[in-house]
Amino acid sequence: MSVSLAAPVEPVRLLASRTFALCLVELQKLRRDRTEVVTRAIQPALWLIIFGQTFTRLRVVPTGDVPYLDFLAPGILAQSALFVSIFYGIHIIWERDAGVLAKLMVTPTPRAALVTGKAFAASVRALTQALVVVVLAALLGVSFDLNPLHLLGVAAVLVLGSAFFCCLSITLAGLVLKRDRMMGIGQAIIMPLFFASNALYPVTVMPGWLQVLNHVNPLSYEVEALRGLLIGTHARLLLDYGVLVGSAAVAIVVASAILGRLTR
Amino acid sequence: MEPDEPAVRIDGLRHRFKETVAVDALDLVVRRAEIFGLLGPNGAGKTTTIRVLTTLLPPQAGTVEVFGLDVRRRRMAVRRLIGYVPQALSADPALSGRENVALFARLFDVPRAQRRDRTAEVIDAMGLADAADRPAGTYSGGMVRRLELAQALVSAPRLLVLDEPTIGLDPVARAGVWERIHETRARTGMTVLVTTHYMEEAAANCDRVALMHRGRIRALDTPAALVASLQGEAANLDDVFREYTGDDLDGGGFKDVRVARRAR
Repeated sequence: MSVSLAAPVEPVRLLASRTFALCLVELQKLRRDRTEVVTRAIQPALWLIIFGQTFTRLRVVPTGDVPYLDFLAPGILAQSALFVSIFYGIHIIWERDAGVLAKLMVTPTPRAALVTGKAFAASVRALTQALVVVVLAALLGVSFDLNPLHLLGVAAVLVLGSAFFCCLSITLAGLVLKRDRMMGIGQAIIMPLFFASNALYPVTVMPGWLQVLNHVNPLSYEVEALRGLLIGTHARLLLDYGVLVGSAAVAIVVASAILGRLTR
Repeated sequence: MEPDEPAVRIDGLRHRFKETVAVDALDLVVRRAEIFGLLGPNGAGKTTTIRVLTTLLPPQAGTVEVFGLDVRRRRMAVRRLIGYVPQALSADPALSGRENVALFARLFDVPRAQRRDRTAEVIDAMGLADAADRPAGTYSGGMVRRLELAQALVSAPRLLVLDEPTIGLDPVARAGVWERIHETRARTGMTVLVTTHYMEEAAANCDRVALMHRGRIRALDTPAALVASLQGEAANLDDVFREYTGDDLDGGGFKDVRVARRAR
């Protein structure tokens, strides 16, 4: 049973190969069990069909020339990606309890590569979810900009946003260490993150204190970029991408530093 | 890596969790190509020793070397030499057996040209060829354990570390697991370090065993020599275990029970 082991690969290739391996696993799981994609589509569907259509009729949210449903759709897209990734901490605690995490950490994979791999795996799942939401929104009459470059930009925004929230969730999991506590924390932060963003309403209608929170909330930059790319509203894309790349990078570093707590 | 270095050399290892001393000035040498059993009651320090050896925990004091490589300084190089099977049944139930093994082939940088054959080879060696494309969630406990052995062996490790590999398995499955371990050891000449509670298994399968209690090695020899040292009629390794640990088996705690139950 002799096998020639590859020479140690350089850090960037190592990061890329581990990320690819963990993303592939995520796709393999999704291919085998699609029920999650369907069940997770229910909540964004309710937001779009009930909340979106009702508030479009009410015309109480000042969205300028943009119909409220069009304004809302990128927000719901970001929300569904947030919901997928913010519960990855529970998944990592399950992996810890099942011994999977220890086994992964005994492979020649640096913790940063493991966390990056998990973060991008969350993004794969979030992208699948986003595809469902985009199709649903299009069926409801939302007119998206289908420029391939813009769609590529949308995918990049979702990947970065999901990576950030996944790493935030892994960090919290490393602090609380228990699944039920993590479930409670996930529930506790998800709605404040969502409501303190521009997903449902423009920043201009927010009270001053909420605007401050909105400015430090990466979800707002994610929504702004998605809205700019998909429906052509004003967006500071350079700033949006900069914030998302920066916060994802910081979150990966912090989550990597805290990952070891889970296997002690 | 010096050719005459033992597989494992531990000098003066100490590790404590807050007030609890888990490993206390442990000295241990595991020779190349032997099956070495680390025995002891719950809380004896076996799993902590394994976790330090596999780089999951940094040693707090003392040195630990694997084939001459210091686990503190050469962490990644050590990981490339180790195959690890944790106590809990840890294969991913959502992936097929083949996908579970292929993931570890990727994580250990098995060259792409060899990956498919190598994966098929270890699956076949573990007697899982017919079930390779079924989700691991449909496997019996014994099959999952053999699948985990395949995951650990796909990188052709020099040292196979097994933490309670047969806990929770029925006698037939336990025999099957040991049969595969012996076959692989005979074929590859790898070293096997195993922790177990089952004295009759240690007596039947290990070349040498160490009895660990309260973080220290209390006895170390071949099973036959340890039994002979008691000079009692019809003595067995259980009697040796009792001789060195007394009836003080109240170490460990709820966590040990939980892990053991999870493995069932």
